[in-house]
Amino acid sequence: MKPIIRAENLSKQYRIGAARDASDTLREALAETLRSPFKGLRARRNADLKIWALRNINFEVMPGEVVGIIGHNGAGKSTLFKILARVTEPTGGRAELYGKVSSLLEVGTGFHPELTGRENVFLNGSILGMSRGEILRKFDEIVAFAEIEKFLDTPVKRYSSGMYMRLAFAVAAHLEPEILLVDEVLAVGDAAFQKKCLGKLGDAAREGRTVLFISHNMTAIQSMCKRVLWLSNGEIVEEAEPGSVVSDYLRAGAIVSTERIWNEIGTAPGNKKVRLHRACVRPVGGSPTDDMTIQTPLVLEFDYWNLEPGAHLSLSVHVYSEQGIVAFETFPVREPVWHGKPFPVGLFRSACYIPGGLLNDGVHRIALFLVKDQAQVLFTLNDAITFNVLDSVERRGNWHGKCTGVVRPDLEWETERLDEEAAPTLS
Amino acid sequence: MGTITGNSASTLEPSAVDAAASTKRATPQHPSHDLPDEPLVIIQPSKTWAAFSFRELWEYRGLLYFLVWRDLKVRYKQTALGMAWVVLQPLLTTVVFTLFLGRVVGVRVEGTPYPLFVFAGMLPWTFFMGAVSSSSNSLVGNAHLITKVYFPRALIPIAAVAARLPDFAISFIILVGLGFYYRAAWGWNILMLPVCIVLVMLLALAIGMATSALNVKYRDVGVMIPLLLQLWMFASPVVYPVSMVPQGWRRLYALNPLVGIIEGFRVSVLGGDFDWAALAVSALITLALFVYAAFSFRRMETHFADIV
Repeated sequence: MKPIIRAENLSKQYRIGAARDASDTLREALAETLRSPFKGLRARRNADLKIWALRNINFEVMPGEVVGIIGHNGAGKSTLFKILARVTEPTGGRAELYGKVSSLLEVGTGFHPELTGRENVFLNGSILGMSRGEILRKFDEIVAFAEIEKFLDTPVKRYSSGMYMRLAFAVAAHLEPEILLVDEVLAVGDAAFQKKCLGKLGDAAREGRTVLFISHNMTAIQSMCKRVLWLSNGEIVEEAEPGSVVSDYLRAGAIVSTERIWNEIGTAPGNKKVRLHRACVRPVGGSPTDDMTIQTPLVLEFDYWNLEPGAHLSLSVHVYSEQGIVAFETFPVREPVWHGKPFPVGLFRSACYIPGGLLNDGVHRIALFLVKDQAQVLFTLNDAITFNVLDSVERRGNWHGKCTGVVRPDLEWETERLDEEAAPTLS
Repeated sequence: MGTITGNSASTLEPSAVDAAASTKRATPQHPSHDLPDEPLVIIQPSKTWAAFSFRELWEYRGLLYFLVWRDLKVRYKQTALGMAWVVLQPLLTTVVFTLFLGRVVGVRVEGTPYPLFVFAGMLPWTFFMGAVSSSSNSLVGNAHLITKVYFPRALIPIAAVAARLPDFAISFIILVGLGFYYRAAWGWNILMLPVCIVLVMLLALAIGMATSALNVKYRDVGVMIPLLLQLWMFASPVVYPVSMVPQGWRRLYALNPLVGIIEGFRVSVLGGDFDWAALAVSALITLALFVYAAFSFRRMETHFADIV
C-alpha cells in the first residue's frame, strides 16, 4: 500500500530576531537601509539568530493509520502540523499529501463574536473547507452534537465558554477529510463532552480516516494510536508502537531521585506538627543507587520528626505508575509496634516493603501523606521519590513487547490436559 | 441547477451527485484506500516569482462569499441606524462640502449643480477609501485565520474590497435619485461606467493588497493609511473640478490614477466630454500597480503566518 503522507527532509527555520525585534518598524528598516544602502535585506537577515524548529523530518503515514505525536513544548510538533496544514511553508524538504487535509489546530477558527451560532456554523464551516451544501446537509447534526439548539440565534459572544467550545468542536468534528490533524482539542469542555469528542475521533479512525494526533495526554495517545512519533528539538527521536515510545519519552523526561534528605528541621518539608527528614527507595539489602528491576524486592523508607506529643501518626503512600496513574495506595495498619499508639516527640522511621514481581517497569513516583488519627492529613509531599524500575529478562519468555498495565504482578499459572480426544461430542 | 429541467446534461448532474453521496453514506466503514496517483498537495518551499493561481482563487469562491458576508453582517451590527449609514455617510459628507466649498469658498463648476457634482465624485471616492482602509488592515485583522487554516491569502483583501460593493450600489441609487432631482443629462456616456467601476476596484485591490501585506510586517502602514487617504482625496478631483488645477501641474496631476477614474465616472453619469488621455493613463497605471501588487503579495504571503 502507498502512504497517504510522505515527508522527506522536512525542515523549518525560524528567525528569532530577539535583537532585531525593534527593527520591525518601517522607520528602523529605512534608517538601516540609509546607513548601509548596499547591504541587501537578505544579507542583514543572516546576522539574526536562527533556530531550526524542524530539521530533516522523514516519515510516512499509511491511509487509515492513527499516529500520535508527542514531545515537549517547543519540540516542533505544532510546526509540523502548520506545515502539513499549509499554514506556513517549510524552509526545506518536501511533503506529499494524497488526500484532503483538515486541521483542528485550534477549534473555533474564524468564529466571530458578533455573529449568531447559526451564522458561525456557516462561516466556520466554510473556513474549515466545507462547501455550503455540505454545511446545510450536516447543519442539524452539528447543532445536535453541540447541544445548543435553544441558542442558535444568539450571538456567540453571549455564549458560555462551554457552549462556545462545544459549538466550535461540533463544526470541526463534522469535517470529512481524508487526513485529520488534531492538536490537543481533547482538553476542551466537561468530562461528558470530552468522551463524546474522543468517540468522534475514534469514529474518524474507524471510518478509515488518517489521523495525526498531538497530545500530552499519554493515556489518550496509547489508547488511540497504533504508532507514535516522538519529536525533540525538531527531530524524530523515536518512532514505534505507543507503549515503548511513551515510556521512553516519560523516562527521558523524569528526573529520578531515589533518596532525598533534609537536615535542617526548620526548612524541611512539613509544618509545626511533622517534618520530613529523609525519603528513600532502595533494594532490600542494597543502597538507593543500585539498579531496581521488576524482580527486586524494594523498601521505601521515610524518616520524620514528630513535633506534637501524643499524636497518633500514620502514613499513606501512593505509588504512581509511569502513565501517571495511581497503581496502588498503602498504609501501615498491620504495622506491629507503633500503629494506633500515641507518638512521643522524636525522629521516627517507617519502612514499607514492596515485594519483587509486583511493579511494572518504568518510572514510578511516590506521593507521601502524613496523617493524624487515620483521618486528618497533616502534610503531603507529591513527589517524595521518583525511581526507575527496569525490565527484567527472566520474566519475559519470548515476548519482547511492552507489558501493559499499571502493575505487573508475578502470578501463578496452571495448564492441564482435560481430555485426550480433540472434540469427542461433535460426532 | 434544479430550475433548468429541459436540459439533459443538467438533469443528469444532480442524480449523479446523489448517487455518489449515497454510496459514500452506505459504506462508511470501508473507505476505499485508492489514493490518487499524483499527490493532491505537494508542500515545499515556493518559488520566489510565482503569480496568482486564479484557478485556486476560483475554487475558494465559496469562502470568499462567506468572508464578504461576514464583513457585511458585522459592520453594522449593534449600530442603531444600521444600513442607513451606507446612505448617510456620503450624503452627509456631500452636505458638508456643499456648505463649505460650495457656499463659503465658492468653488465653481460649469454646467452641474455643486451637490450633484460632489456626490458623483464622492461615490467612487467613498468606495475607494473604504475598500483601501479596510483591506489594508484585513490581513492583520484576520491573523487568527492566517495562523490556523490554509486558503489563498489574497481572498482576505479581496473580500474586504468586495464587501464595499453593496454600499457602493446603494449609494448609486441615491445618485440616480439626485440626478433626477437636478435634471442631470443622462446619455450614452453611461456605457463607460462599468469600465470606471472595474478600474476603481482594481486600483483599490492593488493598493489594498500591497498595503495589507506590508502591514503584516510593518504596522506603521496601518497608521499611515488614513493620513495618506486624506491627502489622496485632495489630490483627486473629488470636491473640485480638474479645471481648477493650474495648467502647468496637469501632467503631474494626471499621474494620480484616481484623476482619470473619478473624472471618467463623473462624466459617465453626469454627461460631458471624456478626457480619453487621462483615462488611458489611469488605466495603465492601475494595471501596472495591480500586477505589481499581485506578484509582491504572492511573494510575501508565504511568511504571513510566521510574522503576523
